[in-house]
Amino acid sequence: MARIDVNHVRHSYLPNPRTDADFALREVHHTFEDGGAYALLGPSGCGKTTLLNIISGLLHPSHGQLLFNGRDVTNLSTQERNIAQVFQFPVIYDTMTVYDNLAFPLRNRGVPEADVDRKVRETLEMIDLASWAKKKARGLTADQKQKISLGRGLVRSDVNAILFDEPLTVIDPHMKWVLRSQLKQLHRRFGYTMVYVTHDQTEALTFADQVVVMYDGGIVQIGTPAELFERPRHTFVGYFIGSPGMNVMPVAIDGKTATLGSQRIELPGAPKADSGAIELGIRPEYVRLGRDGMAVSISKVEDVGRHKVVRAKLEGRDIAAVIGEDETVPAEPKVRFDPAGINIYADSWRVEMGA
Amino acid sequence: MEKTWNNKAWFLVLPVLVLVAFSAVIPLMTVVNYSVQDTFGNNVFFWAGTEWFEELLSSSRFWEAMVRNLIFSFIILSIQVPLGIFIALNMPKKGWGVPVCLVLMALPLLIPWNVVGTIWQVFGRNDIGLLGYYVNALGIDYNYVQDPFDAWVTIIIMDVWHWTSLVVLLCYAGLVSIPDAFYQAAKIDGASRWAVFRYIQLPKMQRVLLIAVLLRFMDSFMIYTEPFVVTGGGPGNSTTFLSIDLVKTALGQFDLGPAAAMSLVYFLIILLLSWVFYTVMTNYDAER
Ligand SMILES: Nc1ncnc2c1ncn2[C@@H]1O[C@H](COP(=O)(O)OP(=O)(O)OP(=O)(O)O)[C@@H](O)[C@H]1O
Ligand SMILES: [Mg+2]
Repeated sequence: MARIDVNHVRHSYLPNPRTDADFALREVHHTFEDGGAYALLGPSGCGKTTLLNIISGLLHPSHGQLLFNGRDVTNLSTQERNIAQVFQFPVIYDTMTVYDNLAFPLRNRGVPEADVDRKVRETLEMIDLASWAKKKARGLTADQKQKISLGRGLVRSDVNAILFDEPLTVIDPHMKWVLRSQLKQLHRRFGYTMVYVTHDQTEALTFADQVVVMYDGGIVQIGTPAELFERPRHTFVGYFIGSPGMNVMPVAIDGKTATLGSQRIELPGAPKADSGAIELGIRPEYVRLGRDGMAVSISKVEDVGRHKVVRAKLEGRDIAAVIGEDETVPAEPKVRFDPAGINIYADSWRVEMGA
Repeated sequence: MEKTWNNKAWFLVLPVLVLVAFSAVIPLMTVVNYSVQDTFGNNVFFWAGTEWFEELLSSSRFWEAMVRNLIFSFIILSIQVPLGIFIALNMPKKGWGVPVCLVLMALPLLIPWNVVGTIWQVFGRNDIGLLGYYVNALGIDYNYVQDPFDAWVTIIIMDVWHWTSLVVLLCYAGLVSIPDAFYQAAKIDGASRWAVFRYIQLPKMQRVLLIAVLLRFMDSFMIYTEPFVVTGGGPGNSTTFLSIDLVKTALGQFDLGPAAAMSLVYFLIILLLSWVFYTVMTNYDAER
């Protein structure tokens, strides 16, 4: 168990990186608190796996430093860092039995056989493969292999941290849910530092206390799920988190008023933005559809179960609004923006509002 | 789904059958034909029954050659397989070293058998050969023409030089097919170098190793050209393998009947041993 400081880490896979574009990780500077459960969220290719591999020591960063509990481990091997990692693509030792696969990380570290047996049985129970213990791992299905891969990450309880790289992609939804709650339980019981990479925002939001959103080789925001939802620091976070994503539209600002085409929108305060491309962001959940406000033309209404998503055009731009299951769209629809949900962005980064 | 029977398929495989018939079955049948007959030339044949087979199987000359073959194959396999694996493991997996190594490895395989024999025949001579001359200069008495042990050493080194690359290339193909994730997982799991070999690399190489062992076994068991060129089967009969003996009988003495019987027995032995190897190795595979 450890606090992990990632100090100004940059990484490039190229031998002689010159521009920023050559870096798979532009700069990551962040502390993973001891015992925290973090979800790492971001689009494909943004550097999530690279960051995990640097933490576990499979990759040596081009620049920067890594501290475990304040001790510099940048030059320590994976073994010495004592970290468990579950890979994006399941790795199993297919000449071994399921049991031996799980015992492998323990036996390699010279754990007494009695402890090995206890830990392995416990883990087998957890991943629901107890009856498969004596089977060769070779003949298993893809999701069973992924469970074994996951199990090998969980079998050691003395690790500094466990890193999960999309560990549940091929597991069916129900089992996914079960395993996720077991991971949470384990986390409470042993208090490891956990970092969990995923593409899936619901998975991230349910698993983690803190969600780290990565974009294009850097961290754009770290926060609780609520913070990410209410106050996205970057328009990317607004798009990426939430379904549908945040509405972002270019506006002109004058004091406490924003102008969108011919419409004027009252803001909760005066944004401290004087330069750059100014945009207004509002989540569909804060767009009120009714009989007064700005006129829109409806293009589509999607019923997604608990609520409806209304797609419309406002001043020629696409906008989404969320309305309740029982609400109906008025004949001459208009929208208002709830001031509580308005964020202003300058060059894609959020700016604070003054009084 | 129901199976559909369509006799047109036979028509499609016909060309292959004809080809195989001409290239393999018909020559084999002529050999069978010769093996049960006797002749004094002029195309006059007499029925000899199993006479040649009985004579062959009771001749010590045949059994001695056979034992030599088995020993030779055994030595060859026990050197080339471990050595091939070892070299493959140490070959670079990326960068400019890969094509260089591959070309170096492929070179011996591209040289014709009889040239290999000639190279080593000259190489080992102690008057003008680089190897022979310097080994003798070091004070080691080495002469493959007179000393059976030296003759064997020469032939074995020659075969190792010639054919280890085949094992290397096959193993290498198996090794490069292992995704990086396996090595990463092994590091996370704290696996030793040996454990990585035993549980990741060896299982991945197993299939190609089976092929390598079969090929090297059959080839070394049938070895003819190289020892024939280097030692001509001598000194004495010490490097006379079955194939050399066969050619001596068939072409040297023109005893077609005994030679045919010998070819058949030889053929059956190779078939049998290959089958044994294959069964053992695939069973082992299935068991694990
Ligand atoms: N071994 C490598 N060699 C060269 N470039 C690499 C290598 N691994 C990753 N990259 C590049 O680095 C960038 C970050 O990759 P990374 O695998 O960390 O992304 P990721 O966020 O894990 O994506 P995904 O969600 O698809 O797994 C990508 O542009 C990728 O092409
Ligand atoms: Mg990845």
